[in-house]
Amino acid sequence: MAAIALVPPIAAASRPHVHTISLFVNNKPGVLVRVSLVFSRRGFNIESLVVSAGAEGRFSRMTIVCSGNSEDLDQIIKQLAKLVDVVHAIDHTGDESYETEIALVKLFATLDSRTQILQVAEHFKAKVVDYGSDSLILQVHGPSEKLDAFIDLLRPFKLAELVRSGKLLMARGMRVT
Amino acid sequence: MPIFDALVDSKIKLILVRHEQGATHMADGYARSTGRPGVVLVTSGPGATNTVTGLLTAQMDSAPIIVICGQTISPMLGKDAFQEADVTGITYPVVKHSYLVKDSADIPRIVRESFYLATSGRPGPVLIDLPKDIGQGPCTAPFTDVLDLPGYTVPGRGDPELIAEAARYLREAKRPVLYVGQGAVISDAGKAITALAEKLRAPVVNTLLGKGAVDETHPLHLGMFGMHGTAYANKAVVDCDLIMSIGGRWDDRITGRVSDFCKRAVKIHVDIDAAEFGKIIQPDVAILGDARLVIEDLVPQVEMADTAEWLAQIARWRRQFPLKYPKQGGLRAQHVLDRLNEITKGEAIITTDVGQHQMWAAQFCLTRSNRTWLSSGGAGTMGFGFPAAIGAQFAHPKKKVWAVVGDGGFQMTCSELATATVNKLPVKCLIINNNYLGMIRQWQEMFYDNRLSGADLEGNPDFVKLAQAYGAKGLRIRRPADVDRVLREAQAWDKGPCIVVAEVVKEDNVFPMIPAGASLAEMLTEKPKHRLEKPSGST
Repeated sequence: MAAIALVPPIAAASRPHVHTISLFVNNKPGVLVRVSLVFSRRGFNIESLVVSAGAEGRFSRMTIVCSGNSEDLDQIIKQLAKLVDVVHAIDHTGDESYETEIALVKLFATLDSRTQILQVAEHFKAKVVDYGSDSLILQVHGPSEKLDAFIDLLRPFKLAELVRSGKLLMARGMRVT
Repeated sequence: MPIFDALVDSKIKLILVRHEQGATHMADGYARSTGRPGVVLVTSGPGATNTVTGLLTAQMDSAPIIVICGQTISPMLGKDAFQEADVTGITYPVVKHSYLVKDSADIPRIVRESFYLATSGRPGPVLIDLPKDIGQGPCTAPFTDVLDLPGYTVPGRGDPELIAEAARYLREAKRPVLYVGQGAVISDAGKAITALAEKLRAPVVNTLLGKGAVDETHPLHLGMFGMHGTAYANKAVVDCDLIMSIGGRWDDRITGRVSDFCKRAVKIHVDIDAAEFGKIIQPDVAILGDARLVIEDLVPQVEMADTAEWLAQIARWRRQFPLKYPKQGGLRAQHVLDRLNEITKGEAIITTDVGQHQMWAAQFCLTRSNRTWLSSGGAGTMGFGFPAAIGAQFAHPKKKVWAVVGDGGFQMTCSELATATVNKLPVKCLIINNNYLGMIRQWQEMFYDNRLSGADLEGNPDFVKLAQAYGAKGLRIRRPADVDRVLREAQAWDKGPCIVVAEVVKEDNVFPMIPAGASLAEMLTEKPKHRLEKPSGST
């Protein structure tokens, strides 16, 4: 467990000006390109983007985590809302929404390191979804910050591959996502 | 091909042009002069990519055009077929909306939506990419007027509370300025703005594209402001305590350095596009809505403001810093345009290209009615003026239509002389010929120690002979004494296009001028003696 104490925690402060935006859009070809052009033209970096079908098939949901100059965010939301295929665009940064994300982590694990890795996994309620003789795949879910911390704790081991779903978000109660 | 074939039996008038860019500007000229959409039909691949400049031009200036592109047959999409191009991909950033049609049954809906999107709200270009097999049909879907666009709303009247708040600010203002942009032209807000200005006794200024909304000869009108606006308009904007944008977007050509723009003035912003609020300037009151409807609701709520001292100050500026140009030293573009203004009496439709001639035309050709001034503002597209005039002449066969262009821009689309000649259009084109890219030369003279680079148009043709080669009338102005006679001859000529070439002094500069990136207060009314810093603003 010594490794855990030695790794400094990754705080939200190391990812400045991170915003979470949800979009409700027409489920049509080209919508994703139109949306991503709004970001790239204004120098915003998309950190994660999740697209899935909405409750009605004709609409889709997008959850976008992006980083960039905060002053430009307002303009980006307006430019997104202006797209004919975007029904609404909402900035959820800092509001009380339910958020979650899934990560899959593959580690090359020797017998020596395996115990320590499994201890970390247990602490984070991660599931071992593939148990090989030389490797492990762990599945963990929860807020993105929790996943960041989990992954950082595993870095001292042989972290071979990492796949994250990107953040999913839903506004609580009667509020609209 | 199937569409062209169908047009043989159709009531739709097909005009064959010589280059697709020309077609887009003609459609744009048609659209801006009428408010109705102009439609362009082009072939796939290079035919479609040639429309990109015209789409940008229309997008930047909110002009409703519809571009229908041919495309390879749908099974070949994405396989590098002959004349295939990913046109929807290429044009995403320069359209209001676009469609790639995958099913013939969608055609009636898509065409209906395209016309609605192009012309409603903040207008703009719409592109329809139509694979050949889809265009061939058969299409059995009925024509429809049902619009199902859940992501699209068109603002109408403004929020009454915000209008009341604007009215309170206007009542308290001592030095108000009404700033009129293209949105006022599009919504035909001129009458309402004039009523507001007269009731408040507030001066009016307009942008390059706002020309025409309000009669520029009205005593309260100060003309254009911004980079090459009148000195008195710019001084009024610098000193105002309230500025109200009516369909303007605080473009960098009119604000100069934004951090210095109207720092202490109350800013009211009326716009139909919510994305314009706070994009450049953070307004004190932002009213989302159609300019005409908002101003009509505002007029009854304002009272005559105490602006006597303000108007007296502006009158002093008007006397002190009039628009002027040297009367000696050869033929001057300003003189030619001053006379064109006199001879056309504000009754003509004037289009321009981009450059020095455009700014001089904006200064000296005063618009008196809406949709009579067509100029590429946001995109600054050279080659726009002449084809836009052709489009406007098609829309208004009885009106006098003058294109004012430079020798540089004219050569970018002059092949449309054939289109004008074959259709016997009485369109007039005044070429201000200084054998330079004049605005480039002016900047190099003023900011780059007169080290001319890429500005000399050596090799220009004889434009009179060029006109004649196409079967058009060609006239030339060499001396100031020729100006009135030749302009009147061209004005009266109705048998086809007439090209007038004014051989003006080679090296002349547009003033007033605000160097790009400088504040409005740093306006130059004549060439300074000292060397200027290289401009920090764009281009």
